[in-house]
Amino acid sequence: MMMLYAKLFWEFFQTGLFAVGGGMATLPFLYSISDRTGWFTHEQLADMIAVSESTPGAIGVNMATYSGYITAGLPGAVISTAGLITPSIIVILLVAAFLNAFHENRYVVGAFYGLRPASSAMITAAGLILARVVFFFGDFSGGNVNVKAVILAGLLLVFTHTIAFTRKLHPVIWIAFSAAVGIVFEF
Amino acid sequence: MKILLDLFITFAKMGAVTFGGGYAMLPILQREIVENKKWGTDEELADYYAIGQCTPGVIAVNVATFIGRKTAGNLGGVVATLGVVFPSLMIIVLLAGVIQAYSSLEWVKHAFAGVRVCVCVLIFNAVIKLFSKAIIDRRTMGIYLLVLAGSVFLNLSPVLFVVMAGLAGVILKVWVK
Repeated sequence: MMMLYAKLFWEFFQTGLFAVGGGMATLPFLYSISDRTGWFTHEQLADMIAVSESTPGAIGVNMATYSGYITAGLPGAVISTAGLITPSIIVILLVAAFLNAFHENRYVVGAFYGLRPASSAMITAAGLILARVVFFFGDFSGGNVNVKAVILAGLLLVFTHTIAFTRKLHPVIWIAFSAAVGIVFEF
Repeated sequence: MKILLDLFITFAKMGAVTFGGGYAMLPILQREIVENKKWGTDEELADYYAIGQCTPGVIAVNVATFIGRKTAGNLGGVVATLGVVFPSLMIIVLLAGVIQAYSSLEWVKHAFAGVRVCVCVLIFNAVIKLFSKAIIDRRTMGIYLLVLAGSVFLNLSPVLFVVMAGLAGVILKVWVK
C-alpha cells in the first residue's frame, strides 16, 4: 500500500511539474498514467472531466483528486492532490523571490514559445482518443459511426459557438443537458 | 497564527464558489483579496496571472501561493494553497463515492454516455481557445503538428514532449531568431 501511495504521489508530482497551461493540460498526463498503470480507464477519465467541470475549484485539482480517489480511496485523493500542487508551490516560492526578472527573461519567454503549441497538441491528441470511443465505438477505421453522439455534438457546437445567448452559458449547463439527452435517447 | 487561519478560510471560501478555476476566479480574487482583505493590488493580481501562465501547474494554485507568501511568508504560501484546494478535495471525494455506488444503474450509464459527448466538445473548445494564443507563426505551427503526430503515433511520455518543446522554444527564440 505504501508503494502505491508513493507511486501515486510521484505520478501527480510529474503532472504538476510538466503540465503547462491550466486544467486541461493535465489531461495528456492522466491518459498516460491510465495507459501505464491501469489505475483508471479512459471512460472513467471522461467522467472525471465532466465532474471536474461541474464542481467548484480548479479543474486540474479536481481531476487529480478524483483519480486519486478511484485509485486508492480517500488517502489516494489527498496524496494525488498533494503531489499535483507540490511542484507549483515550490516553483512559485522560488520565482516570487525574483519576480519581474522571471517573466521578462528571454529563456523563459523562449521556452513558453515552444511549450504552448506542444500543450495544445497534447490536449488535441487526448481529445482524439476520447472522440474515437465516443463517435466511432473505439475504432476509426471500422466504419461504425455513433449517429446519436454526432447529432448531440453538432447541437453542442452550435450552442457554444454561434448563438449569442447560449454561447456565454457555463459548461455545467451543457453537461447537465447532455446527461438528460443521454437518458432520454438511451445513449 | 491568526493571519494563517484567515488565509486558509478566505482561500477555502474562494475555492468553494469558483466554477472552472483559473480565469473564472479573477473577479472573486479582486473582490476578496484587493477590496476586502487588502492583501494585494489589481496590478499585482495581473502580474501573478501572467507568471501563473509562465510556470507549470494550476493557475488558481499559483496565485494562492503568491498572495499567501506576500501576506505571511513561505508558510503563508503553503497555507493559502491548502485552503484553495480543500473544498475541491471534500466535494470530489463525496461525489466520486456517490457516482461509484450508482454507476452500474442503466440510466446512470446512459447519462454518462451523453456527458462524454459533451466532454469531447468541451475539450475541442478548450483547444480552439489555446490554439489561437499558442500557434502564432509557422514555427509554432510546426511544433504543434510534430507533437500532435508524436502523441498520436508514438507511445511516449508527455514529459518528453514538454522538455523537447521547451528546448525547441529556447533554441528558436533565443539562439536562432
